[in-house]
Amino acid sequence: MAASKINSTTGIESVDPGELKAELVAKYPTKVGRKRAKQIVINSVEECGEVPEIGANSRTIPGIITQRGCSYAGCKGVVLGPTRDIINLTHGPIGCGFYSWLTRRNQTRTNGPGDANFMTYCFSTDLQDEDIVFGGEKKLRKAIREIYDNFKPKAIGIFATCPVGLIGDDVHAVAREMKEELGINIFGFSCEGYKGVSQSAGHHIANNVLFSHVVGLDDTPSKGKFKINLLGEYNIGGDAFEIERILDEAGITVVSTFSGNSTYDKFANSHTADLNTVMCHRSINYVAEMMEKKYGIPWIKVNFIGAASTAKTLRKIANYFEDEELIERVEKIIGEEMVEVEKVRLEVKSRCEGKLAMLFVGGSRAHHYQDLFAEIGMKTVAAGYEFAHRDDYEGRSVLPNIKVDADSRNIEELRVEPDAERFSPRKSQEALERLKAKGFRFKDYDGMMPEMASGTLIIDDISQFETEKLIEKYKPDIFCAGIKEKYAIQKKGIPMKQLHSYDSGGPYAGFKGAINFWREIDRMVNSKVWSYLKAPWQESPELTATYAWE
Amino acid sequence: MLLRHTTKEIKERQALTVNPAKTCQPIGAMYAALGIHNCLPHSHGSQGCCAYHRSTLTRHYKEPVMAGTSSFTEGASVFGGQANLLQAIDTIFTVYDPDVIAVHTTCLSETIGDDIPQIAKKAEAEGKIPKGKYVIHANTPSYVGSHVTGFATMTRAMVDYFAESNGHKIDQINIIPGYVEPSDMEEIKRIVSELGLRAVMFPDTSNVLNRPQTGRFDMFPKGGTTVEALRSTGNSKATIALGRLASGPAARALDAKCKVMCEILDLPIGLAATDAFVDTLRRLGGVNVPDSINIERGQMLDIITDMHQYFYGKKVGLVGDPDQLISLTEFLVSIDMWPIYVVTGTPGKKFESKIVEITRDVPHEVKVAAGGDMFLFHQWLKNEPVDLMMGNTYLKYISRDEDIPFVRFGFPILDRVGHSYFPTVGYRGGMRVLEKILDALLDKKDRESPEESFELVL
Repeated sequence: MAASKINSTTGIESVDPGELKAELVAKYPTKVGRKRAKQIVINSVEECGEVPEIGANSRTIPGIITQRGCSYAGCKGVVLGPTRDIINLTHGPIGCGFYSWLTRRNQTRTNGPGDANFMTYCFSTDLQDEDIVFGGEKKLRKAIREIYDNFKPKAIGIFATCPVGLIGDDVHAVAREMKEELGINIFGFSCEGYKGVSQSAGHHIANNVLFSHVVGLDDTPSKGKFKINLLGEYNIGGDAFEIERILDEAGITVVSTFSGNSTYDKFANSHTADLNTVMCHRSINYVAEMMEKKYGIPWIKVNFIGAASTAKTLRKIANYFEDEELIERVEKIIGEEMVEVEKVRLEVKSRCEGKLAMLFVGGSRAHHYQDLFAEIGMKTVAAGYEFAHRDDYEGRSVLPNIKVDADSRNIEELRVEPDAERFSPRKSQEALERLKAKGFRFKDYDGMMPEMASGTLIIDDISQFETEKLIEKYKPDIFCAGIKEKYAIQKKGIPMKQLHSYDSGGPYAGFKGAINFWREIDRMVNSKVWSYLKAPWQESPELTATYAWE
Repeated sequence: MLLRHTTKEIKERQALTVNPAKTCQPIGAMYAALGIHNCLPHSHGSQGCCAYHRSTLTRHYKEPVMAGTSSFTEGASVFGGQANLLQAIDTIFTVYDPDVIAVHTTCLSETIGDDIPQIAKKAEAEGKIPKGKYVIHANTPSYVGSHVTGFATMTRAMVDYFAESNGHKIDQINIIPGYVEPSDMEEIKRIVSELGLRAVMFPDTSNVLNRPQTGRFDMFPKGGTTVEALRSTGNSKATIALGRLASGPAARALDAKCKVMCEILDLPIGLAATDAFVDTLRRLGGVNVPDSINIERGQMLDIITDMHQYFYGKKVGLVGDPDQLISLTEFLVSIDMWPIYVVTGTPGKKFESKIVEITRDVPHEVKVAAGGDMFLFHQWLKNEPVDLMMGNTYLKYISRDEDIPFVRFGFPILDRVGHSYFPTVGYRGGMRVLEKILDALLDKKDRESPEESFELVL
């Protein structure tokens, strides 16, 4: 295995990933171990970019202590949560609505006191015993009327929770009926928690409903010369604000964001943009695909996490529009922004170089944040996603080879046809060819693994046990994951950065975000607080003994 | 304004809850189960429930919260979750090796009708439960009660599964502390030991959810009530249950099962409730109250008498859980504050009448809602503001919009630390509550006093 080891200055050469994998798998009951063996992969990148196959988007093993959430969390919490003027009504017992109330740090900025903002509210039908027995549709209808009477929103989304699916409440029928009655847009999401195998199913369901019930409702031509949508950016800790700042300066108009700092009207008008840029491929690629088919808007993968990545993304967008002025302006911005960025980067790098990071989080973040660590000389020795699919690991080229299992088949795939009137290819065939010839790649994503070193460990849906073992063996300088893992890791004396919610920090996107992130990582990995773990009398107990003897 | 859509005009709502003042049963069951030593809570349902409960408890305690889930998929929802739970039991005992798996159900598994004892039996028959290890359970459908009743049900399950009586009473008292913080549980234990009494407390989350930073992570920390101690509760002389809703069912079950007489008291928050607790300990234990406790009581009373002018006649709005609110309301009334709005999301008529009774001498109209929500509470405030609010972190949005001083109290507290280390029960806990109230009121006074009447000495 010598060839597959990572070079490092911190002594991780002693970790043989093959042996470690065997140790991890051996701990489980045989059948469980066999399954985990497919989800734990030692990375090896061929020259052509090919990587080994990983088991992903498969059922979680009961009892393994997963960090995954459910379909409702992906749908209501992640995708619809950051939109401020749609009332999200949870149809179910109180818990689901309560836990997803203001807990994700999505920021939103209204255009003044008259603007609607329901993100600070939690709406629920709070189903009771008798509703489960006799059905909850009546209560749902009434709750919608009460929402209308009290709040007069533009739109209401109804989110089905686990028992709703079982008792047979038809949220879609109620939505249709109430839409008719009240004259506002009302749509339902069948995002019961048991759908699919993780949050990912909920993303897909959210994409489908937004696409079929909201996108395309307002044909007013959007203003601006270079019009894009920002997909899969949720404005955690203000990321979208920083991205908007940069794009604004470049003269690029963001027609809509799915869904950080977003509004209903912007979704409705999003099909008038000329390019879809995809940040979180996992959670939003469905909308990008469908908008391309229906309206002719091409999509590209972008990444605003990391200063170099941000620069690369800006150039990519400018090149797409093939406008010399824009290309120049973007270069000017990059040049100006990079002065401060480089200053901080080099300063932080001097203290962080060679340190080790592990990232087990999300469906794109565990990939994106590796760029930020690499820029300050930190190595990612192990990484994995919580709810991603094989294409997020291995790249979209594996899509035709992914076997669709029963759990995924239960999530509807919308059939989308080009819109008879509104389909308009944003680029001529000739222009597309011209761009491709210059190396421009549309609707493509390489995934995480080809960009990681050979010999690194890739683990899908990592368990608590595996997390602990990895920390024990590699002794990383920082571990990135979510709130549930945070304090178990920190109790071990390893700083832990949340990359779902950023702890209390952010923005981390764009140029200013990169600076924020590096300062934060510098604070964490070089903090003196980790040196206080032992009291003086625990550090050198023998000294006390000597005094006692003398 | 953060809550810009909340209007003064109150329209009746029958179906819609806005900004709830409760959450669901399973999280309470998970919290209670964490108070058993070497126990892994397990959520039998979709994995989102477990993720949400762990996240919320983690944010509240800033501590590791470990729990398993049955990770239901659509298949399990159609065919039942037996296969999932069997695999979970096998995996948990193989990998994590707890003494106890405490299973609680969810709205999903309850709607399907999974029979947990039957599945546990099957697991045992298949050899999936090692000798000397236990799988216990509580039925906690999310569409009944609230997080408080979930806590009560899992606490009762500890009695149902473990309490034994051999007919020989031992010199020991059972204490069921209620849905309180680990710091409170620690304080209750301290008071009991100050009186020189031997007690078993269950559940006990102290040293589980407020453990020290040591550079080590133990999956199962030192704290928690051991199975052995739980077993011995059946031979105890008596049980003191603190908080009717959270602790009553377990106390009554222990009486029925092992003939251990019980006294069900209010949570010892405030002067009168702590007096009642200490006095009951004294009587049941046949001991004298030591001076150390008298001193603490006197110190608390000293704060009340010294600062009475700042409490007197101040209007307070409270949101929280029934057991806490009953004691807290009584506490505030006893220091001449006026709790004029009292809201809990947990349903229950008895709660409303109890609050009415406690506040009967308050010279102001008192509005109470069980099964209410924070939206209604906020609307009440819009019609007549208060001088102080007490409740969980979500109140901070109202506090900022309405510029009302706010003391964090209850569950969850997501934006401050302290609650897991510093109690609010007992005399010392009462002193902390008084300090917090004074800080909130006097900070506002200092901020807003005109320059000429800004004072050094308060």
